[in-house]
Amino acid sequence: MSFTSILRMGDNTLVLGQRLSEWCGHGPAPEEDIALANIALDLIGQTRLWLDLAGNREGLGRDSDMLAYHRNPWDFKNLLLVEQPNRDFGITMMRQFLFDTWHLETLRILSHHTDKDVRGIAQKSSKEVTYHRARSTNIVIALGDGTEKSQLRMQSALNRLYPYVGEMFMTDKDDLIDMAALRPRFDAHLSATLNKATLTKPESEFYHKGGKTGTQHSEHLSHILATMQSLPRSYPEAKW
Amino acid sequence: MRKKRIWQYLQRSEQVNNEWPLYEVFIRGKHGLSHRHVGSVHATDSQHAIQNARDVYTRRNEGVSIWVIPSMQIVASCPSDKDALFEPSEDKIYRHPSFFQIPDDVEAM
Repeated sequence: MSFTSILRMGDNTLVLGQRLSEWCGHGPAPEEDIALANIALDLIGQTRLWLDLAGNREGLGRDSDMLAYHRNPWDFKNLLLVEQPNRDFGITMMRQFLFDTWHLETLRILSHHTDKDVRGIAQKSSKEVTYHRARSTNIVIALGDGTEKSQLRMQSALNRLYPYVGEMFMTDKDDLIDMAALRPRFDAHLSATLNKATLTKPESEFYHKGGKTGTQHSEHLSHILATMQSLPRSYPEAKW
Repeated sequence: MRKKRIWQYLQRSEQVNNEWPLYEVFIRGKHGLSHRHVGSVHATDSQHAIQNARDVYTRRNEGVSIWVIPSMQIVASCPSDKDALFEPSEDKIYRHPSFFQIPDDVEAM
């Protein structure tokens, strides 16, 4: 159970939770606004569990706050997908749909992991993520199979984000499970959804990499971390 | 300036026309209790309405079941019929079970 393998789970939920929280007060409808904030909070809650566990396994006395606020971009092990900017609601929901689909399959397998703590976090999170995936799937279908304009925008969201899908299924010794093995179930849900949404999967299977290894994050990560970390770094002892 | 204002007006009227339908939300707080009206949400369809109701009205563990119903489907009594509908019962106090002594060992009344 390497430190990095747990960090990967927690950094995904941390960065995506922070990204989604940027929508707070800007959602296209009050209902969507509050739903996005709820999902952001779910993800931040999961982050706390993962990063506390990571710090515990590392054994250097770092807790989740320390790991979230006092690490530099190259130490983050999140997928490139989750650090991509929100841009518009369509892109945000497409990113969410792709992540949720991967996330749920991952948690399903992790719910039977040999490590008791990993299993516990996965079982708790998968209830939340089951809802996340249902919601983002419905929205992708509604907007894809919606008006001409919304269909066009969802297709361009998919074209923009599909090159970040491949990295989710790269696997190495620092993964909790064999990520490549999740691909068939991911693909099944993806094609069923795209079919209903009248969207077309891009032909090219090229994908960007370097997020989960920390070797080549996009420029967006530094910016989001700067926003997130500025307060605790300026006032290390700050308390609510 | 005038052009800008017309544009804003057009945008706004488009928004109104494109407003999602309204659904009334009912939540069952606990098993055994009835569903109670808690408010309303906008949504594109009934499944979406359930999800929005979940996100807006059950964030603090308020419920175990949700009903949604299109607000358009609710048939309401007319405010001008108020006298005919409700006033006649005002002087019929014998319809209230207030003339009975409730035994001490009856808990939930």
